[in-house]
Amino acid sequence: MSLGIRATVDVNIDDMTTIKKLWIGIGILVLLSPIGLIIPALLGAGGAWGEWGLEEIKKLVGYAPQGMQKLSHIWKSPIPDYTLAGRKQGLAVESLGYVLSAIIGIAFTAGAVYLLAKLLGRKMRRNR
Amino acid sequence: MHIPDGYLGPATYGTMFVVTIPFWAIASWKLNKTLKSKQAPYLALGAAFSFVIMMFNIPIVGGTTGHATGATLIAILLGPWAAIISVSVALIIQAMLFGDGGITAIGANCFNMAVVGGLAGYGIYRLIAAGSDAKSKRRLVAGAIAAYVSLNASALLAAVQLGIQPLIEKSPTGQPLYSPFPLSIAIPAMVLEHLLLFGFVEAAVTALVLKYFQKNEPDMLG
Repeated sequence: MSLGIRATVDVNIDDMTTIKKLWIGIGILVLLSPIGLIIPALLGAGGAWGEWGLEEIKKLVGYAPQGMQKLSHIWKSPIPDYTLAGRKQGLAVESLGYVLSAIIGIAFTAGAVYLLAKLLGRKMRRNR
Repeated sequence: MHIPDGYLGPATYGTMFVVTIPFWAIASWKLNKTLKSKQAPYLALGAAFSFVIMMFNIPIVGGTTGHATGATLIAILLGPWAAIISVSVALIIQAMLFGDGGITAIGANCFNMAVVGGLAGYGIYRLIAAGSDAKSKRRLVAGAIAAYVSLNASALLAAVQLGIQPLIEKSPTGQPLYSPFPLSIAIPAMVLEHLLLFGFVEAAVTALVLKYFQKNEPDMLG
């Protein structure tokens, strides 16, 4: 058993349609993504374990650890928690914000990986 | 499982960068040797899938939430090194744009989810699927088990990284400086929810998508 990358996909004429079909699948997931926002809200589930904010930590253990206070605000993300629409806007508006966040996130993620893969793939040809 | 800023002390998050960077380097080197530039769209798709599947938070009633990562699935379809790169980029974008996972914890989170999910998931899949037909049931079972085991390994690692904080990062008065929960709380909390629920979600997602590929794109299953 080798852990080397498999000769993944042989590119053929069906490729465009395959890629298109798979992107449609991603699109459907994006549209369905608010499920990941709505169901936890309806069931009263909070965030993930160990991902609480400072206020929640204070409630949980009675104090905010010093190092955590310093580090927790080291980075200000432009769209915290995928809440493009803001918080407490109602689930419909928040869902829309969630979908838009997914689209923005996927654009950045797929774009970065695409460029990276193109770059890595190209270097190989030059080395040959 | 996206550890935020402030939960890991510098010793831990620094170590995790040191541990993870070589995997990024090896993955880039491996892809450089094997990747055809025409395959770039598939890697982009893999990263997009990982990004969006992590937005499907699954709740435990009145408790916490968790999610699948897609790392093992991507490793099965595109190879472990492609999975490490795709899932890492998804995690880095999540941290930078959406504050999901800390900037300081990028090394830890990428190791836990991308490296372990990719390499362990791929290894277990290959072990169980060895010699089976691309369209066989065994491939699905192998994918499901690999996804389940590797996600739980990821959760255990995150729990250990969090749980050692009260031991190694204390103020002079003995108060924890970072994540305040000891191993005896962090491990059961993280591992149980993944053993009982989120691991099965990752397994189901992996098997379902593999089934789709068996039916429609069997060439990609080699």
